[in-house]
Amino acid sequence: MKLKVLFVAVLIMASCAKNKKQESGTETTKEVETTKEKETPLEVYDFNGFEKFLNQKDDKIHVVNFWATWCAPCVKELPYFEQLNDTYKDENVEVLLVSLDFPHMYDSKLKPFIKDRKLKSKVVALDDPDMNTWIPKVNEAWSGSIPATVIYNKNKSVFFEQSFTFDELEKEVKQFLN
Amino acid sequence: MKKAIKIISGGLLVLLISAFTVNNTINKGYKIGDVAEDFSLKNIDGKMVSMADYKDAKGFIITFTCNTCPYAVMYEDRIIELNKKYAPKGYPVIAIMPNNVEVKPGDALPEMKKRAGEKGFNFPYLIDESQNVFPKFGATKTPHMFVLEKTSKGNVVKYIGAIDDNYKDAAAVNTKYVEAAVDALLKGKEVPESETKAIGCSIKV
Repeated sequence: MKLKVLFVAVLIMASCAKNKKQESGTETTKEVETTKEKETPLEVYDFNGFEKFLNQKDDKIHVVNFWATWCAPCVKELPYFEQLNDTYKDENVEVLLVSLDFPHMYDSKLKPFIKDRKLKSKVVALDDPDMNTWIPKVNEAWSGSIPATVIYNKNKSVFFEQSFTFDELEKEVKQFLN
Repeated sequence: MKKAIKIISGGLLVLLISAFTVNNTINKGYKIGDVAEDFSLKNIDGKMVSMADYKDAKGFIITFTCNTCPYAVMYEDRIIELNKKYAPKGYPVIAIMPNNVEVKPGDALPEMKKRAGEKGFNFPYLIDESQNVFPKFGATKTPHMFVLEKTSKGNVVKYIGAIDDNYKDAAAVNTKYVEAAVDALLKGKEVPESETKAIGCSIKV
């Protein structure tokens, strides 16, 4: 029992520390809410808070996949993103899985999914209902269907509104490695 | 020899350019201002439905929707309301289910019939069995809305996109895009925002 209390306390402290680092005000309140679910922490962002993940000016190749647990083709291709993250982690490739699950499903669907599938790639949730404003900011060509994927580094960016096989995904990433 | 190199490099250039264009032309199908071809699709009652059947319509609110997409389900009540409000004004809703039912058995015709009954759909719920209609519209997801205006040259596409700007909460909506479009058309005005984006489930082929 004591252990449990300690664990929760540590978790809360950890999430507070994390919150301090973030700049945007709106997402921090949301994140505090999600720490209620003790086992699986989940970062939740509105688009303003999320946008930094699309503009990282480091030396990595970022693979950003938009998905949801209710989207069958998304779930089907997730293992390929996991495989990519694992295979190319030493080559500066970083996968980010951006869940568009509905907020009322975070605890009942998304978190159990992340846990059961033992997802190794970083998962964040994007909760911003004003889609017409943010979808074109991800990519002008995106009609809004998922799965959708952005691959970028500090020099270039490509966008795909489609499903991937591992080979197809690897091929696109390799173009960034050369 | 030089000529050959020129031809080859020219060919390569064309290839390169076309490779890029293929990537960039994701948005196929009707654009705003295009005339939409009529369709004849099976309704859940087994009868075929076409836009031409609606002699008195001033236009149409076409929605590509399905049973199995949570976004589509969240909008069901709002689509029923749209038909309630705008069918009497000459803009009836026609719903079309575009998915391949082998991929999504939950969208098969008997399931569509069941869902329509449960929700009390007050509009036809058609199935695009051959999957020939949704690509003509350029629909990519469910739900995906198209507002058409009946004119002397045919049914002209006037709006493409989302129903409104808040899928989660009908009460928190700021802009009802489809209503704004139809209201404008009924007044003989230009549609204020003719294209919008929203997340949806990819159409299953």
